[in-house]
Amino acid sequence: MLITNLFFYIFSIITIASACMVIAGKNPVHSVLFLILCFFNAAGIFLILGAEFLALILVIVYVGAVAVLFLFVVMMLDVDFTRLRAGFLAYLPIGGLIGFVMFVELVMVLGTWKLDFNLPTNVLTNELSNTRALGNIIYTEYIYFFQLSGLILLVAMIGAIVLTINHKQTAKRQNIFNQVIRDPKESVKNINVKPGQGI
Amino acid sequence: MDISQYLILSAILFTIGIFGVFLNKKNIIIILMSIELMLLAVNINFVAFSVYTNDMVGQLFSLLILTVAAAEAAIGLAILVIYNRNHKSIAVEDVSIMNG
Repeated sequence: MLITNLFFYIFSIITIASACMVIAGKNPVHSVLFLILCFFNAAGIFLILGAEFLALILVIVYVGAVAVLFLFVVMMLDVDFTRLRAGFLAYLPIGGLIGFVMFVELVMVLGTWKLDFNLPTNVLTNELSNTRALGNIIYTEYIYFFQLSGLILLVAMIGAIVLTINHKQTAKRQNIFNQVIRDPKESVKNINVKPGQGI
Repeated sequence: MDISQYLILSAILFTIGIFGVFLNKKNIIIILMSIELMLLAVNINFVAFSVYTNDMVGQLFSLLILTVAAAEAAIGLAILVIYNRNHKSIAVEDVSIMNG
């Protein structure tokens, strides 16, 4: 139990520190890299909790897809980030105030509420593995949520493609209609070329 | 281990996310990253409650939140790319003139 506590504190301290670096970093590339560190440590916390499937999905989806997408956009857009940083400290008082109030409210909710669970001693020794238990409910009881999340991903994919597609006028594209409507009799000619002469 | 440790961690992460939105009001990339941080905090909350109540539905919802977060990041960054293509900048204070 002591070693679990130790790892929890290590993971959570690194998570919080890298989250602070995400919002305070000067260079957005560094922010994205700290975001990746933050997700890795959050995956460690999920592992401590016993949610192995979600921990690995967090690494795959967030680090493998979302963070790389952020990195790609930050590096692709040629933006003067120092200009965007102007007035960084102007919002510090109001942001700090709202953040502080929010945090105090969250802790007050926690303090006033009596948490009374029959705590499982060790979730890892359940007879069902985490992935199997998740699969048992996601494909049976909650199949509509599963389908809906697939639909959301489809809409997001189509939306992202439609938004960023760039139809250049100069690019040569295949026109299916022109291609099919073309008559071989008009487009192919048989020329009898005499030897020793060009066309 | 007590659940309140996880809840306090998630509250701190959520607060950092809100703080990041206020602090980087002009840099929309950092704002999107702050939103990801807030969603991560919510995920930690869901998973902690799911484990401590021995109910798998929390982890299922965490998975769905992951899906929505990925979709949101993709769409947000796509909008950012076309905005940058049209305006040659990503300053969000004049984003209200976005049209066409």
